[in-house]
Amino acid sequence: MRDYEKYIRYRTFPTPWCPGCGDGVILKSIAMAFAELNLDPDDIVVVAGIGCSGRMPTYFNTNTLHTTHGRALTFATGIKLAKPEKLVVVISGDGDATAIGGNHLIHAARRNIGIKMILINNGIYGMTGGQVSPLTPPTFFTETTPYGNIEPHFNVRKLLTAAEASFVARETVNRLMQLKQVIKRSFQHKGFSVVEVMSNCHVNLGRRNKMKSPLVMTKYIRDITMNMAEFEKLSPAEQAPKYPLGIFVENNERLEYTDLYYNHIVPVAQGSGAKGEK
Amino acid sequence: MSARKVLQGNVIIAKAALAAGCDFFAGYPITPSSEIAQYMSKEMPKLERTFIQMEDEIASLGACIGASLAGRKTMTATSGPGFSLMQEHIGMAVMAEVPVVIVNVMRGGPSTGMPTKPAQSDMMQARWGTHGDHPIIALYPAFAEEMFSETVRAFNLAEKYWNPVILLSDEVLGKAHMDVEIPEPGSYEVYWEQPRQIIDLNIYDRNIGENPPRVDFFHGYPIHIDGLEHDAHGWPSFDARTVDKMQKLRMQKIYQNLDDIIRYKEYFLDDAEVLVFSFGISARSALAAVKAAREQGVKAGLFQALTVWPFPRAALQERFKKTRKVLTVEMNMGQMKYEVERIAPPGVEKQNLLRANGMPFSPDEVLNAIKEMVR
Repeated sequence: MRDYEKYIRYRTFPTPWCPGCGDGVILKSIAMAFAELNLDPDDIVVVAGIGCSGRMPTYFNTNTLHTTHGRALTFATGIKLAKPEKLVVVISGDGDATAIGGNHLIHAARRNIGIKMILINNGIYGMTGGQVSPLTPPTFFTETTPYGNIEPHFNVRKLLTAAEASFVARETVNRLMQLKQVIKRSFQHKGFSVVEVMSNCHVNLGRRNKMKSPLVMTKYIRDITMNMAEFEKLSPAEQAPKYPLGIFVENNERLEYTDLYYNHIVPVAQGSGAKGEK
Repeated sequence: MSARKVLQGNVIIAKAALAAGCDFFAGYPITPSSEIAQYMSKEMPKLERTFIQMEDEIASLGACIGASLAGRKTMTATSGPGFSLMQEHIGMAVMAEVPVVIVNVMRGGPSTGMPTKPAQSDMMQARWGTHGDHPIIALYPAFAEEMFSETVRAFNLAEKYWNPVILLSDEVLGKAHMDVEIPEPGSYEVYWEQPRQIIDLNIYDRNIGENPPRVDFFHGYPIHIDGLEHDAHGWPSFDARTVDKMQKLRMQKIYQNLDDIIRYKEYFLDDAEVLVFSFGISARSALAAVKAAREQGVKAGLFQALTVWPFPRAALQERFKKTRKVLTVEMNMGQMKYEVERIAPPGVEKQNLLRANGMPFSPDEVLNAIKEMVR
């Protein structure tokens, strides 16, 4: 048994994911990050919402919570506030995190509560059969954009940077070792972190856009992504359809929310801490 | 020594929650419930307990459920529109069997309705608001001391039966300042089961009718909690026989313990000719009315439901053996009256006093309705 396997709950297999789905890579990379940090499985809780990503916690041999659509961050906020010393990981898909759960995403970032979010971006609602999501690229065909998508997609990097998230990164399922590294680094970060993972849904997005095999779709992901240094050399027009990779924000200056609450608010309320400025 | 004070109804609920050991509150501002959140924001950190104002009511209840799974005693407070938003997570708490207390200080609806006017229009929403078949407990105090005792009881029932408990109130009870006797700690029961050390995954494994044991994250063995229908291990399962059993487990933990859960008060009912059925703010007017009726020689009595869900069916049925006239008084267009009608045997005369215009009933209005029935 390899060291990361103790974080996998094999007895709940098989997963509901289609053959070739990027979710398996993400599952493995998260487990590898747990292993490298040598965490006690009972000191971890993995929370998810609804969708293909929502089913992922079931397969971790840690504490796991499968919640409602888009609201995983709210449950995670309660857990983190109750037990700040635990590692609270949220796994969310693009529909889950940026559509129905968009409000919770920006507020978790604003609060800088120490939750570690893995945002799986496959650009589609996969579980429900392939409807357009806020991260579906323009012009793409989906079950609910049969004539092409006319909506622009969110830029998660810019959205979270604007919301003052203290750790923002992007990786792809094509690069397991880099993905594991970035996830591990986000787990070591004190405040709120988001790792956006570009993943392939060849079945419900690729199939309708001339990319029906996992190989073609992961190649497409490789072609639209590049390192930040390379990305910055491009003109704005060239940048538009591309996705830079790497860690974009890593701010250790901002205090973490539970730290502020228990080490600042509680002493002030109890009359023993520093008084706030008038 | 118990303390006699003049306190706002919302503050009585907040104080009682602290007395019951509530150590996590997440909420979102909404009239007429905001004083509960405000009081909690001030008092919780003093006790090293947790308060957070979330981004909406959905998030508030989500945070409470999360904290509850991590071992806290949790509460949120809201009113109509916020209660509507919370419905999905009430179902989540039922499905995952998570204790949480949800206060709904009822105001005029539907929609934004009348934020500063009272109503009792969410009675059925409290029962059936979330989708799917589910058990629910809802309590509704009417008088000052009950606002304290029923709040403590809401926590006890949530902890004991591992289910969300809805604590109903209304704009009048929430906003009014009242003379109240705050009981001494130790003079009332505070139920708390120490979380058990978990050694296996079969956290939902129990016999039908048994109370679930307290299960928390981080107690020795990693567990799975799911909003999907699940088996005894918490794994998603749609197997018909498993689903049957899990639904019965959830329903029967409540419906086989009605004696413990149901509480009501009876005033002057032994020889009553007219039974007034009421709760919350309307019960206050109804009690004044039955007292006035007695003074005028009219044999009226009051059945005041404190537990509104599950409905106090057996106790009311018992009364209908002798009392053949019932008057339901509620501040809505007719909700709990259907429950009364459902169980009243043929031959019992049923009248209602209903109104949802923001004006509570005066004792005189109830008295007149009683007199109409004995004329």
